[in-house]
Amino acid sequence: MSDQPITFYRLQACPFCERVTRTLQDLGVDYRSRFVEPLHSERDVVKRLSGKRTVPAIVDENTGVTMSESANIVDYLQRTYGTNGDEQTGGMRTGGDA
Amino acid sequence: MDLDFDVVDLGPADHPEEGDQAPEFTRPLVTDEYWEDVALSDLVEREDGPTVLVFHPMDGAFPATYVWKEITKRGWHADATVVGLSISTPYAHKDLIEERGLGDDYALYSDPAAAVAEEYDIAHELDGMAGVVEPRPAVFVLDSERTVEYAWVATEWPDFPDYDDVEAQLE
Repeated sequence: MSDQPITFYRLQACPFCERVTRTLQDLGVDYRSRFVEPLHSERDVVKRLSGKRTVPAIVDENTGVTMSESANIVDYLQRTYGTNGDEQTGGMRTGGDA
Repeated sequence: MDLDFDVVDLGPADHPEEGDQAPEFTRPLVTDEYWEDVALSDLVEREDGPTVLVFHPMDGAFPATYVWKEITKRGWHADATVVGLSISTPYAHKDLIEERGLGDDYALYSDPAAAVAEEYDIAHELDGMAGVVEPRPAVFVLDSERTVEYAWVATEWPDFPDYDDVEAQLE
């Protein structure tokens, strides 16, 4: 379904990241993991991409979407790659604080 | 002057030789900003020019420091893709990258279980550290198809690469 694997910025043992992992796996979406600096203040790579230093964050080259916050990401993945037939109904939402 | 300095003879190793294809592996490759699984076969194709794979003792041991001091001083990154490999964790690699100022010029593979060392037939059981196996010091210069253009593997311990020899391969 996706041509390019989603780039998934994560932190080892972070429960919010595991939630995204589970969703990616449940949906069978290809992804590659990039593990970042545990120290929030040094996560510049994530900040450059999403504007924030929080993880999880994803970059989906297939849709041009970059987003953070696990609830947003799970929602986006289900809408975009879910099998309920309502994919592509959104997905351009970025950021968010949920 | 006889310093009565003993090195340990490690004996010959049945490692990949010039002309062989270096064994494929995928391990976390640590950069100054993150780590991700990278296959050696992908790495060797990333840039034009050779790839230098440097097996070194665990981060924190003085040989790891010496090796990276020398490589950065010589600036090998200008002529090749240069990566290290040790049994240290990605977290320890991040510290080494910072301490040695490797920046984004160099990256380090993490192989805590030493399975890559086993695959290359250069595993070394450390005396006095029960259960700890790491690669012998070794340097392989590879082309974009993983063909070995230069191979050096320590036959005694401790030992260091011949940096001039490696450099001659990069010109």
